[in-house]
Amino acid sequence: MSNETIVDENFKAPLPERVGEERGSLTRIAQELVFTVDHKKLGLMYIGAGLLFFVVGGLMALMIRMQLFFPHNTLLEPTVFNRFFTMHGTSMIFLVAMPWVFGFANYLVPLMIGARDMAFPRLNAFGFWLFLFSGVFLYSSYMTAPGLYNAGSAPDVGWFAYSPLTAKAFSRGHSTDYWTLSLLMGGISSIATSINLIVTIVCLRCKGMNLGRMPLFVWLILVMAFLVVIAMPPFSACQIMLTMDRYLGAAFFDTQAGGSAVLWQHFFWIFGHPEVYILVLPAFAIASEVIPVFSRKPIFGYPIMVAATVMIAFISTGVWAHHMFTVGMTSVGNTFFAISTLVIAVPTGIKIFNWLATMYGGKIRFDLPMMFCIGFLFQFLIAGLTGVMLGVAPFDWQLSDSYFVVAHFHFVIVGGILFCMFAGFYYWYPKAFGRMLNVKLGHWHFWLFLIGFHLTFDPLHFAGILGMPRRIFTYEAGRGWEIWNQIATVGAFFQAGGIICFVTNLIWSYFKGEKAGDDPWDAWTLEWSTTSPPAEYNFEKLPEVKSRRPLWDLKHPEDPDWKYE
Amino acid sequence: MNADEQLKVGDPTPMINDPSATEEPWVLPSPRKVGIITLIVSESALFTIFVVAYVFYMGKSLNGPFPADVLEFPLFGTIALLSSSFTVIGAEVMLRRGHRLGFLIWWGLTLLLGAYFVYFTAVEWLHLINVKNLTLDVNVFGTTFYSLVGLHLTHVFIGLLLLSLVWVLTLFGKISSDHHEHVEMVSWYWHFVDVIWIVVVTVVYIISVRVN
Repeated sequence: MSNETIVDENFKAPLPERVGEERGSLTRIAQELVFTVDHKKLGLMYIGAGLLFFVVGGLMALMIRMQLFFPHNTLLEPTVFNRFFTMHGTSMIFLVAMPWVFGFANYLVPLMIGARDMAFPRLNAFGFWLFLFSGVFLYSSYMTAPGLYNAGSAPDVGWFAYSPLTAKAFSRGHSTDYWTLSLLMGGISSIATSINLIVTIVCLRCKGMNLGRMPLFVWLILVMAFLVVIAMPPFSACQIMLTMDRYLGAAFFDTQAGGSAVLWQHFFWIFGHPEVYILVLPAFAIASEVIPVFSRKPIFGYPIMVAATVMIAFISTGVWAHHMFTVGMTSVGNTFFAISTLVIAVPTGIKIFNWLATMYGGKIRFDLPMMFCIGFLFQFLIAGLTGVMLGVAPFDWQLSDSYFVVAHFHFVIVGGILFCMFAGFYYWYPKAFGRMLNVKLGHWHFWLFLIGFHLTFDPLHFAGILGMPRRIFTYEAGRGWEIWNQIATVGAFFQAGGIICFVTNLIWSYFKGEKAGDDPWDAWTLEWSTTSPPAEYNFEKLPEVKSRRPLWDLKHPEDPDWKYE
Repeated sequence: MNADEQLKVGDPTPMINDPSATEEPWVLPSPRKVGIITLIVSESALFTIFVVAYVFYMGKSLNGPFPADVLEFPLFGTIALLSSSFTVIGAEVMLRRGHRLGFLIWWGLTLLLGAYFVYFTAVEWLHLINVKNLTLDVNVFGTTFYSLVGLHLTHVFIGLLLLSLVWVLTLFGKISSDHHEHVEMVSWYWHFVDVIWIVVVTVVYIISVRVN
């Protein structure tokens, strides 16, 4: 595996034949982005589009927090508030977290397994453009949905859209249809991309990379993609059934015609719970790459990490009804879902201990990716503990649909998943753009966001325990909720400050950042063996690996890993 | 191999340990096969939900028509669809041997059997709608029956489109025995459509008519 590159100094790119196709011109860039099937460009476009929706969804969250600052606040109308929490949830899950997951997977998987591109590049482009269209379509509801009935604009039925809220009688106009069709498209796009990822990982690994030598990132993405393939179709089935109910007079969820509103909940959560793991496995994937590199130790317990991942995926398909304890299931049902929910804490705990064991005795470098990962470890632990609490059915009867649940899943999604995503941004930005992200701005981002996160979501646990239900647009004074809400709102602004630093950093460093070189972190996986940014064909000569850490072998020929594997 | 690389008792197997193991030919599964299998897995998940919905609402219709009153076992349709799984195998054998005409005949036969199934279902549905008054909005049986059988029928349609595409391309000489793997993928999809029909027929026409 040689890194020698022959560069012809006198080489000049051929002149363009037509006006507007000059390199670097705006039209040329647009043309490249629209026509490209390159996994790296598509990956960055996924992440960029996700970032746009992230900012919009974040602004909605800020408005929600401002509305809840005082009792009887009148900043937002109740209808607007309903649209905001629906669009905030839907955006953050389907238009931010999912594209970031697919963006990272798209960009990194072919590089990490030593391939030139994904298995089906055009399917890949199809997936991206369908996702982008679904997002734009969802947001266009603000302008186009009033339509014939002049009733409602954006969807306002909550991100899990329980029946019978979505029935034609209760959701007039077309806002719910925008939600349904957008997520149907998003689902097809996710399935297409996941099939592509599975095929790429199974069929395009470079010579010598057997399953036991794949980076953990690739393993976790493989399991995640499999979860998408089996969990997303039920969600698409939900959307098809709902549309049939609304427009063809079907009675799937119509209780007056013999249908069942609870069936929607079951079908939704059969998708909805694995979805949590679809999002969290890529976060684990990033942590499993960052923590070893910044602890200067190989990952502890690689085979157990893989086994725990597969176990999590397997168990996660059988826990969905823990979202539905308050619906009134049989005690057998409650017991089964409570136990399976508690069992899933075991493989998750194994993972946390393995990351800690990786750090134990290591020469830890507190660079930004590692800082975010350590934040993730603490916060994900708390999120897991409140998850275990909510998994106990009687406890859930007390606190379901309260702010305790809101605080719990924001700890998972923001404190766990988003922190790992940020770690991923700081870790791989130099690879994608050839420049380091600014460290000073990064520290501002980290501390503002960390403090803001805890200011916002720690108090919401208490508000929930004091009985504050979720999704209320205002509340009475004197219930002990004011102080917690006020701290949370202040924290939201800290978070917003952190995000401003982050976005500024992304843009500033693209032009002015310190040059990164090919391997700024002294890492061990194959993506660091190419140039930064990598050429369109990724590798001049396809690599060949003999161990889990091919770059370690290259840098330490006297003590290569394959001697010990 | 250096002296310090010599294997000792208790060492892992040479396949993992020995760097020269990678000198063996590096063979990975075909992307087409893995792709179509993954697609089939995801389609199965989609069908599972519709089958579960059908089973969940079995015997729960508030008013008629009920399955036992209106459904007749679709004998000829089922025979046609299931036998098309065998003709498609015949076509593949012909293609692998390079028999273009034989392939066209067997593949065309598959196409006709599939088309007959669609025709059969169309006649059945016309009868159900016009004579037996079973429509999508009449009760939950109507809802789940038409959505489950209709979803399967949609897949038969897609299968027929793929089959005819292959047939026409072969007629114009664009497909030869070099493409037998591409063609095999279409036949896998067709087998999947058949297997789903066995599930649907069992649940809808055998079990549910006895429940209600």
